[in-house]
Amino acid sequence: MEQISRKPPLSTLPLLLWLVFFLVVPCCLVLLLSFFRRGVYGGVVYDFTFDNYLRAFDFLYLRVAFNSVVMALVTAVSCAVIGFPMAYVMAVASKKVRAWLLLLVVIPFWTNFVVRAHAVKSILSDSGPINQVWEFCMGLLGSAVTPLYLGDSLLSLWVGMVSTYLPFMVIPIYVVLEKFDFQLLEAARDLGAKPLDVLLRILLPLGASGIRTGFIFVFTPALGEFVIPDMLGGSKILMIGNVISDQFLKTRDWPFGSTIALILIVAVLFSGYLFRKSGVMNATA
Amino acid sequence: MPPRRRVNHDGWLGTVRSVITLLGFLLLYAPLAVVILYSVFVKVGAAPRFWSFQGYQKVFENPDIVAAISRSLEIGVMTALIATPVGTLFSLGFVRNEFRFKGVMNALLSLPLLLPELLLGLALLLWFVMLKVTLGVWSITLAHVTFSVSYVVLTVRARLEGLDRQLEEAARDLGANRLQCLLKVTLPLLMPAIVAGALIAFTLSFDDFLVTFFTSGVGSDTLPLKLYSMVRYQPEAEVNALSTLTLLVTASLALAVNLVSGLKRR
Repeated sequence: MEQISRKPPLSTLPLLLWLVFFLVVPCCLVLLLSFFRRGVYGGVVYDFTFDNYLRAFDFLYLRVAFNSVVMALVTAVSCAVIGFPMAYVMAVASKKVRAWLLLLVVIPFWTNFVVRAHAVKSILSDSGPINQVWEFCMGLLGSAVTPLYLGDSLLSLWVGMVSTYLPFMVIPIYVVLEKFDFQLLEAARDLGAKPLDVLLRILLPLGASGIRTGFIFVFTPALGEFVIPDMLGGSKILMIGNVISDQFLKTRDWPFGSTIALILIVAVLFSGYLFRKSGVMNATA
Repeated sequence: MPPRRRVNHDGWLGTVRSVITLLGFLLLYAPLAVVILYSVFVKVGAAPRFWSFQGYQKVFENPDIVAAISRSLEIGVMTALIATPVGTLFSLGFVRNEFRFKGVMNALLSLPLLLPELLLGLALLLWFVMLKVTLGVWSITLAHVTFSVSYVVLTVRARLEGLDRQLEEAARDLGANRLQCLLKVTLPLLMPAIVAGALIAFTLSFDDFLVTFFTSGVGSDTLPLKLYSMVRYQPEAEVNALSTLTLLVTASLALAVNLVSGLKRR
């Protein structure tokens, strides 16, 4: 009953128009703006210039970019190290347990990251449970009670980032591992493979595509992240996302903000591309 | 045959695996548990924590917070009401026809999923300011529809592709016209996916921080924005109470999505 026509059907039109009007055009606007400059009182002066791009490669911004890259890398690697065993445990569990574990991983996926960052702050704060247990133990030992000062530290930043992005890593790995027939592992064992062999030569290569997808899912948003470092790093470490949002909301230098945002996107796309090409995962796995 | 448990197979490696898995779930849940606990065990001044609902009470007594909650609900409902029909309509046309530019459309559709939220937020801010749209509830809604509509399409399209076409053909053979077939056969069959899509759109909107951060302007804080500013300046009890409420809403929505899309497989 459906005829093959070459024109897109009418019913696809509303969404297409919407995406063009609220996605494509705004993104083009960012691109365009990056070649203009800021007026004296904010606003935009429309004369063509490359100055924004030259300014973006200033040492100051390179250092901020370096912070972001390190944070995103550490987050992605940590998520892979923690997420892989989790995904494996889920994949080999019985059907019923598996459904529950999956739900347990999906729910944090939906929790608001402001809530999560605040939660991490409370658990690690000086009046939080970990520190209280610590002080209690110190008291028992009879030594002077000094708090651990876990809040507003690199540790709290790490916990915040990893617990926010972990589901993004676990789910793609789980999806890949789930399809595997785990009885083949028994065969490998029967033939004399040691646990480490099974891990390094079967499971990791098997899950590599999932890890790669997860890595991109985590690395991409982590690179632009600035709210979590703001809330948990004690606002001491400036991220590239801070610079961008400040240019838009505080300094009101929109052309320069657009330029950094564009460079960030290009960097993300490029590293994703390199990552897929180079097979980094295969090498390290 | 279900795969055998191999806890005892792997020696120290198995232990490492269990420890890491436990650590992972602890990272995900321990902080949330502490917030929920502290929302009812309140600390005031230097006194030890005591059982109290004063945090919740203060949340509902604060008109700013109540306004933020109702604004978030309003935006979430509007987002779902716009994104669901637009996304469903698109899926119907997209799956059931062959035409040019299908690949381009697919790429366009996956753009909101791949684009960092930061970029979407600031691009829309520029665009709204240029169009002289007043930043507020409407600009936030427009932005939310833009990133959530793709999820609706993904959900509905998956169900549509798995649908038995013979059911529709049977209806047509029995004399139903296209509209009747759509309304009486296709849409009812799609309903679980449409409901799931609407719930997802609502949740994404309700949860969103970054895009809202850029497109909200002054004086139209949504719940996540309000929370963000409260974390710094408000007493802990209120923040914990509001966090717990937010968690409850999103967790029950996630459960609902899970339940509705579970119907899909049956």
